[in-house]
Amino acid sequence: MQSAFQNGTPIVALNHAEKHFGAVRALDGVSLSIAPGECIGLVGHNGAGKSTLVNLINGGLAPTGGSVTFPASGESRALSAGVRSVFQELSLCPNLSVAENLRISHSDLKGAGWRKKARAEIIQSLDAVFPDHGIGADTSVDRLTIAERQMVEIAIGFAPRGRDARLVILDEPTSSLDAGIAQQLLAHIRQFCADGGAVIFISHMMGEIFDVASNIIVMKDGKIVANKPTSQFSRASLVEAMGHVGVKNSKAAVRRQASDFGEEVLKSKDGLTARRGEIIGLAGLAGHGQAEALARLYFSNTSSWRMGKASNMVFVAGDRGRDGVLPLWSILRNMTVSILPQTARRGLVDRDAEKRTAADWKTRIGIRTDDVDNPILSLSGGNQQKVLFARALASHASIIIMDDPMRGVDVGTKQDVYDMIQTEAATGRTFLWYSTETEEVCQCDRVFVFRDGKISAELTGDDITEDRILEASFEMQEASA
Amino acid sequence: MPIVKFILSRTWIWSWVAAAGAFMMVMALTQGRGASELAYAALSFGAFAAIVGLGQMLVITLGPGNVDLSIPATMTLAGTLALKTMGSDPNTAILGFTVAIGVGILAGMMNFALIYLLRLPPIIATLAASLIFQSIAIWSNRGLRIKPPEGLADFATGRTFGLPNVALVGLGLSILVWIVLERTVFGRWLLAAGQNLRAARLAGIPVEFVRATTYITVAVFASIAGFFLSSFSGGAALNMGQEYLLTSIAVVVIGGTSIAGGMSNVPGVWGASLFMFLVVSMLNSYGLGAGVRMMLTGTIIIGIVIAASTRRTRA
Amino acid sequence: MIRLFATHRILLPVVSLAVLLAATFYMQPRAMSYFGVNLLFNLAVPIALATVAQMMIIMVNDIDLSLGAFVSLVACVTATFLHDTPVLGVAILAGLIVAYAGIGALIHRFDLPAIVVTLGMSFVWGGLAVMILPSPGGAAPTWLRSLMTVKPPLLPMAVVAAILIAGLTHLLIMRSGIGTVLRGVGGNATSVVRAGWPVLRLKAGAYGLAGFFGVLSGMALVGLTTAADANIALRYTLLSIAGVILGGGEFVGGRVSAVGAVIGALTLALAASFLSFMRLSPDWQIGAQGAILILVLTARLIFTRRDKEQS
Repeated sequence: MQSAFQNGTPIVALNHAEKHFGAVRALDGVSLSIAPGECIGLVGHNGAGKSTLVNLINGGLAPTGGSVTFPASGESRALSAGVRSVFQELSLCPNLSVAENLRISHSDLKGAGWRKKARAEIIQSLDAVFPDHGIGADTSVDRLTIAERQMVEIAIGFAPRGRDARLVILDEPTSSLDAGIAQQLLAHIRQFCADGGAVIFISHMMGEIFDVASNIIVMKDGKIVANKPTSQFSRASLVEAMGHVGVKNSKAAVRRQASDFGEEVLKSKDGLTARRGEIIGLAGLAGHGQAEALARLYFSNTSSWRMGKASNMVFVAGDRGRDGVLPLWSILRNMTVSILPQTARRGLVDRDAEKRTAADWKTRIGIRTDDVDNPILSLSGGNQQKVLFARALASHASIIIMDDPMRGVDVGTKQDVYDMIQTEAATGRTFLWYSTETEEVCQCDRVFVFRDGKISAELTGDDITEDRILEASFEMQEASA
Repeated sequence: MPIVKFILSRTWIWSWVAAAGAFMMVMALTQGRGASELAYAALSFGAFAAIVGLGQMLVITLGPGNVDLSIPATMTLAGTLALKTMGSDPNTAILGFTVAIGVGILAGMMNFALIYLLRLPPIIATLAASLIFQSIAIWSNRGLRIKPPEGLADFATGRTFGLPNVALVGLGLSILVWIVLERTVFGRWLLAAGQNLRAARLAGIPVEFVRATTYITVAVFASIAGFFLSSFSGGAALNMGQEYLLTSIAVVVIGGTSIAGGMSNVPGVWGASLFMFLVVSMLNSYGLGAGVRMMLTGTIIIGIVIAASTRRTRA
Repeated sequence: MIRLFATHRILLPVVSLAVLLAATFYMQPRAMSYFGVNLLFNLAVPIALATVAQMMIIMVNDIDLSLGAFVSLVACVTATFLHDTPVLGVAILAGLIVAYAGIGALIHRFDLPAIVVTLGMSFVWGGLAVMILPSPGGAAPTWLRSLMTVKPPLLPMAVVAAILIAGLTHLLIMRSGIGTVLRGVGGNATSVVRAGWPVLRLKAGAYGLAGFFGVLSGMALVGLTTAADANIALRYTLLSIAGVILGGGEFVGGRVSAVGAVIGALTLALAASFLSFMRLSPDWQIGAQGAILILVLTARLIFTRRDKEQS
């Protein structure tokens, strides 16, 4: 490794790497090489292509075009080239102990006494990264706090495991660590890079990026838009490089004022409030508690045991497979499932009323199908989403919760839905709208920005701008040491 | 070819084809003699499998992990307590039936209470409850074999319009279940909950109410089957429900109901129940023993889930 | 104390068994002897082995509804082929273990619901058993009979065997490297795949182990009863599931305990004897097993809830 460090042969090199998912170009011709000693800060919006890039490098995905090679080691597989990933979602086995989890990712630990070796290795690694961690090697992972689990995962990432780690990819590694522990990690990353390792560091904490990265790569729309030494960026220029995802300030209408809305109809423990007729936006980076806050709100306002003729709250899912679509059913049944009690007589479904509703909404929301009795899965993602919108809007509910509903929806559909939401809001319906796309959030009357599971800012009126939302999404202060 | 498409899209067809095939095989050997007797016997014995199968089908429709292992114990308990209450006295059939239904409701409530309050997986909850039901049955039975009242026994073994009365009871319940699943709001809720419980809850469906009702229904169906089975066979035996544990699940799977939940198949349960009886008759008449029959049944079940899974991956 | 019980999941099963044992000795002091204990736990050995077999399946997040029929089949093979033509008998039993591994591979390969496949297999095993032994009969091989009735010094055979089974499976599942990876499959299969393990082979391995312990269970049963019939062990399916859960195992997440499973099996075996000593009518023995199951699970729920509230 020493020689590799000296002659600067890159650990990994991407040459015009592309990745397509169907028609979507998640990664659009990226060329990049990472040499020993480098610490890359990787930043970008939701959906800019960060995780696709990471998955190409660690071998989780194969490129559609271009190449990914590992020149320094000459290996063809990421794992044997010493590339390690610490994922954002926790990937430990909760039923195993800390040392046993090392065994899962280190298949060379064999024979009698492997436990002793595993214990020594993981404790050594934990000691190196997080002095005074206080984690026992034999503790079962499900007895650890979230922060401790994250520490263990990072330690496994840096542990030798038979061959030394050359490139460690850390995806939001500090998201559940407190500032002191995070500083220990940053110190270790600096040391690791000084010793000839390389790190890709993804974080929403600007302070950390500036603190630890030698280079910053900014991604947008599947491309690298900037790749410069950290010293050439300022906070403002970084935000600017990330921002402006084709925002066309199409919102010509005058912003509505507080006096345009009715009384407050909702107040949650998290601090969300909404008035009648208002469109509330929830913003921030993905995974910072927006979806959970909405789900909690919905669950606490509806019952698993009773369903009246008219519930006052409905939910539009964005993760269609997990939360929305009933896959065995037709378009019609999917559309009407929430409104059946409204027309039912003595518990029997009024099938004529059901048909009328479905035909009505098919034209109103423009679902592209010749027959609403076709299976829901025969529709494209965007049209499935329209069905879910119709399910919610056809009800009598006055509050509509939307959990990032525009995922994978084409532009035309989006515009239709925006208009429909505006019209419905004008009739006094309240919308709570979480979106990962800033452009959408900017159309709302009031915006709550989430960070680390809490509301970090409430924006109203002319304060609702992309820059203000970005500012509130990222931790702008220096990470306190 | 709309007719071919219609036939292929109805998974229950296969169980009926298989049942008809088994029927023909027996007839081929006897040269057509005893056809009506065989059909009559198949309807009588198949009815019990169909009734418990309908209940099990509703539970399985609730989605992966949902199954009621307490069906045999509930059948035995309901049969035993009903016969004990009636004590062979004439004109007590209604009373006995009410007792059986009551047992079913209580058993179902107990099962769901364990599932809901103790957060137990349904398999373990219904298993634990079944041990208790079994004990109550043993205790109340005391090894005595109480005969059913004469009128009731006559009804259970008798026929109306040439069809066995128990088959008519089963048919009535099947129509009821079919109407509930196809036409009522509750049926829609049940099918939605079975496809995706979380999505169903987020669509505003009261999923716990649906689950509770379903677990009570399966126990009531088991009780009805137990009541008529003990009347049919001249008294409640402690092991009378035993074979229905596996049978109830088998007829559901063979009948084309999706084991992944969300899709029920009422006619298929009947086809499979008749098939399960007829295949025994067939193998018996060809001189093959119970062993071959069981192996064949098992192979069919596994073959069906493999076929269903490859169809799923292709879709 | 709550923290203690929640941290060491094995404590609850141990305490349950100890309480039950103490109660038994209190009710019937004469049971507190070599022969008394041997009698109490007489049939516990095959149940413990079947429970360990079930544990292997539950460890990888599946469930085996065919175990009782399988153990019955093994009993029939043992009482006939293994007795009459030992070489053929051994070959058949080895073939059964391979078949079990094959089922595991099949379930993983096609992503089948284990509960239905094993249900189907229970008919297959049962059918084979009926074909081998249409009516009760057969005979235990002499060596097996003497092995199961051996009278070791100090502790009765059943207790020695239970300790051996618990110790060996503990080494295999909880201590060895491969056992750790197998539990990892139950805990988080994605991360095991990510680390480059062949999960198909791991799953086949878990099923193969279950088949192996199922074979041992059937042999031990015949050694005790000296004869077999096709339905001899049908109730083992449910008993083994109950035993795993009583022993601190959970249906999902690879949380099983080898020692716990054996203790759970002993508890179930003892519960029956205990109730007969209570002069409670034997009618309630089965129900008491159910009640104990519910009680222990309630206790566990309370401990984990309180633990969560505290932390």
